[in-house]
Amino acid sequence: MARITASLYTSHVPAIGAAIDLDKTHEPYWRKVFDGYEFSKQWMKDHKPDVIFLVFNDHATAFSLDMIPTFAIGTAAEFMPADEGWGPRPVPKVIGHPKLAAHIAQSVIQQDFDLTIVNKMDVDHGLTVPLSLMCGQPEAWPCPVIPFAVNVVQYPVPSGARCFALGQAIRKAIESYDEPLNVQIWGTGGMSHQLQGPRAGLINKEWDNAFLDRLVADPVGLSKVPHIEYVREAGSEGIELVMWLIARGAMSDIAGGPNPKVAHRFFHVPASNTAVGHLILENG
Amino acid sequence: MSLEKPYLDVPGTTIFDADQSRRGYWLNQFCMSLMKADNRARFKANERAYLDEWAMTEEQKQAILARDLNRCIALGGNIYFLAKIGATDGRSFQQMAGSMTGMTEEEYRDMMVGGGRSVEGNRYVGEDGDAQAHRQPQGAAGRNAAAAGGKDV
Repeated sequence: MARITASLYTSHVPAIGAAIDLDKTHEPYWRKVFDGYEFSKQWMKDHKPDVIFLVFNDHATAFSLDMIPTFAIGTAAEFMPADEGWGPRPVPKVIGHPKLAAHIAQSVIQQDFDLTIVNKMDVDHGLTVPLSLMCGQPEAWPCPVIPFAVNVVQYPVPSGARCFALGQAIRKAIESYDEPLNVQIWGTGGMSHQLQGPRAGLINKEWDNAFLDRLVADPVGLSKVPHIEYVREAGSEGIELVMWLIARGAMSDIAGGPNPKVAHRFFHVPASNTAVGHLILENG
Repeated sequence: MSLEKPYLDVPGTTIFDADQSRRGYWLNQFCMSLMKADNRARFKANERAYLDEWAMTEEQKQAILARDLNRCIALGGNIYFLAKIGATDGRSFQQMAGSMTGMTEEEYRDMMVGGGRSVEGNRYVGEDGDAQAHRQPQGAAGRNAAAAGGKDV
């Protein structure tokens, strides 16, 4: 049977993608960001999964106001990097895993989460920047990826508690798949940032670090934090952090297994407008 | 029964909820159209004519022509959609975000490198943080307004 071996969490700031694509990673400003991922790139080589289940949000790219799915699972064979107005990022196309994705969709919907199934979708920086941070600039991504898009653009977005419960359903779905696949689940976005209005540029290091502490040690309590606290403390776009709770909910300890091991933790301010947070948890 | 909106007392912040989305529907869909190169070219060639193809209010069109992002957001725009205008103009997210504060690009970048804007005084309307209404605009625009006698400092 398939199993989730690790969960990984990272910000997905578009400027990080631009720094990689434009070969600016050695500039001092960016060095401070990329140094925090040196460990992670090696870890990724040492712990290569068969499939990555990648939770991200679309930034008015594949989904305009035409359709706003709260939870959307990508079941296609491949997904192209999107043109977000600057031309597509020069990164490999994303190969999907239609068979596992379809299995997860059926299982999770039967567990009462009404997912939207997406068979055609371009993927934006929310998905490709985490892959770049973890894998560098390969000719092809190291394994298939199942994109899982969460609406965090138009309120109300799903609650932390709902995301956490969804993660538990995803774990059950993956563990009921017959092939012995090694699956990682990634939660992306955040940390504190606000991109709009006179409060633009808000950063809250204390809150972010408490979030990281609690994500490791008190995920159940953290999942009960209401939206308004994210907005007030971590900025209007800091709400993206609810997506991390999907990945955390999928870890074994939530279902009575051993506590996860913290393989890596990193925090830095700023990347463009945003606090960068990153965590790798291995299942015990 | 009215909807629960606990986020209306956060200073300098507009939450893009279903009501804002309805208000800004055409404004945001116009922004989406700029993801196609042909549309960007037509918009650049004659902004007013291109805007007149969309069922926006005159106020929304004027806010776009002025690149007044705070006004665009008040009228239902969302920053991820408005970013398409920025991309058309060749401006980064940081330049766009900074433009909403009154700070120069350099002032805003320095604030971010210095650790960003503090949340202290900026959690609730009525406190005294730098994002509060009575302290706008910030940075150079604020100093200019004060010098012109337009702002009480």
